[in-house]
Amino acid sequence: MAELARNENPIEPRQQEEKPASPWRDAWKSFRKNKMALLGLGLVSFFVIMAVFAPIIAPEGTNEQKLSSDNYAKLEAPSSQYWFGTDDFGRDILSRTIYGARISLTVGFFAVLGSIIVGSILGIIAGYYGRWVDTIISRIFDIMLAFPSILLAIAIVAVLGPSLRNALIAIAIINVPNFGRLVRSKVLSIKEEEYIAAAKAVGMRDSRILFHHILPNSTAPIIVQGTLLIATAIIETAALGFLGLGAQAPTPEWGTMLADSRSYITNAPWTMIFPGLAIMLTVLGFNLMGDGLRDALDPKMKS
Amino acid sequence: MDAPVLDVKGLKTYFFTDDGEVPAVDNVDFHVKRGEVLGIVGESGCGKSVTSLSVMGLVPSPPGKIVGGEILYKGEDLTKATDRRMRQIRGNDIAMIFQEPMTSLNPVYRIGNQLIEAIRLHNSWNKKKAWNRAVEIMKLVGLPRAEELMDSYPHQLSGGMRQRVMIAMAMVCEPEVLIADEPTTALDVTIQAQILDLMKRLNKETDTSIIMITHDLGVVAEICERIVVMYAGKVIEESDVQTIFKKPKHPYTVGLIQSVPDMRQKKDRLYSIPGTVPKPGSITQGCPFAPRCEHAFDRCITDTPQLEEQEDGSRVRCWLHDR
Repeated sequence: MAELARNENPIEPRQQEEKPASPWRDAWKSFRKNKMALLGLGLVSFFVIMAVFAPIIAPEGTNEQKLSSDNYAKLEAPSSQYWFGTDDFGRDILSRTIYGARISLTVGFFAVLGSIIVGSILGIIAGYYGRWVDTIISRIFDIMLAFPSILLAIAIVAVLGPSLRNALIAIAIINVPNFGRLVRSKVLSIKEEEYIAAAKAVGMRDSRILFHHILPNSTAPIIVQGTLLIATAIIETAALGFLGLGAQAPTPEWGTMLADSRSYITNAPWTMIFPGLAIMLTVLGFNLMGDGLRDALDPKMKS
Repeated sequence: MDAPVLDVKGLKTYFFTDDGEVPAVDNVDFHVKRGEVLGIVGESGCGKSVTSLSVMGLVPSPPGKIVGGEILYKGEDLTKATDRRMRQIRGNDIAMIFQEPMTSLNPVYRIGNQLIEAIRLHNSWNKKKAWNRAVEIMKLVGLPRAEELMDSYPHQLSGGMRQRVMIAMAMVCEPEVLIADEPTTALDVTIQAQILDLMKRLNKETDTSIIMITHDLGVVAEICERIVVMYAGKVIEESDVQTIFKKPKHPYTVGLIQSVPDMRQKKDRLYSIPGTVPKPGSITQGCPFAPRCEHAFDRCITDTPQLEEQEDGSRVRCWLHDR
């Protein structure tokens, strides 16, 4: 009885929560429960911290040729002094790997950001206006996707000239269709939703509906796809670097480092193992994080 | 009698598909007076939703197109209005409530933001003033803890509460006409009654005209003053609510009323009209209801009946009532 008496107005149930949970908080809650996703987040954070604080963490400079007793410290095996060993010019591989994170993450992030912006705009236009606009944009995407992506990237770099900046532009371009198609399909399904009809029924303009109602409802898949594509973009950066079309020597880029140490794989395998391991772990981190985000943000998984 | 707020004359909305043109709404006339509640009744696919979308200027185009007729809102023909003018009218003068309260609110925004957005589309008010108005309208539609609900997301509300929010959003700019497209169909019965009471109360308090689109005769009996029965894209009977329940004229209306379960009579089987609604446009000659009609005679198959005024003021499209 005392319990009943306390709730004076039966129509107003007592508050269950202090604050209404936002969709992002819900997503974080389910993300937190996923161990593999947390491992991915951990790996990504590890590399991000490494990249940001590279000058503090790295024991040596990237292009310093270290000296040993007789000559410069060329191809030295991992030791207490050089944890990851040295390369053919006597440069500390640990330091170069740490600085390499800066390049890979920056290129990966900005290339994907570029693809997201261009891809979303094209996808929205194609999905919302449909008809011949849609046909033209979609066919261009189909043509781009018909090429093996790395081949397309090589072709673009071949036109623009090999450099890290041009590699970034090429990677951004080849990933545009991925986002374009994703956003187009989201727009196609969302524009049929009743809340879009309701928004029209209160007299909203097309542009406002597109950017205030359709786009925010597509952010979750864009974030998931973006995270997964950063991983691909990092591999593509390394691949272009490896082929000599991306970062140029002596930039400490992981793919370039792999290419430079190709000839020493049998007698000095550490020259390849550590940059290779760095690529693998970063990509793994982004993939695990992306999968976790997909599970956390997927509306179908919610009750 | 004052002039109708909304007067639809000879409205034709056709859909142009690969299989040819489909006259979803064919020569429909109806009007709503100020403060009146009009019911548009019919089975699924009879064109009642397309009629309401035509009035709002929201017929999906392509494939849909208004090919004829006039929609006069206070004398202004909405079929000829520019997009800009239509946007001013939508929400501000004619508002609409949709069937599915679960999907009619944008899931990524808080309730308050959606209401405020709707208010600020038609008024140059500052945020604070719009916020106050939103809370006021939420209290008017009977939502408890209005201030708190402003910060909630749609998925945190029940179906009935969401439908109240939708009504609040439609009423927020004090429209002259409110079109309610099956507003209670997706709700359970107790909530249905509450929503109907609310709409009746809003109609009395604000003098808003309501067009209630429904297939549920119970809803019609509850709230409407005048009824338009539609079949296969055409108006087949129009009369006031007492007449239609006491003395339905068109055999289709009779059938509809008979198919409502009656609690006072014990019947073994509930009446149902044989057959299904024909595809609009498939019957070009004769009365579209003739193939399902018990009373059909030769003339029904060869000649198309017109909407004729009867002695009691109702209008019927049927050869049985030809004078």
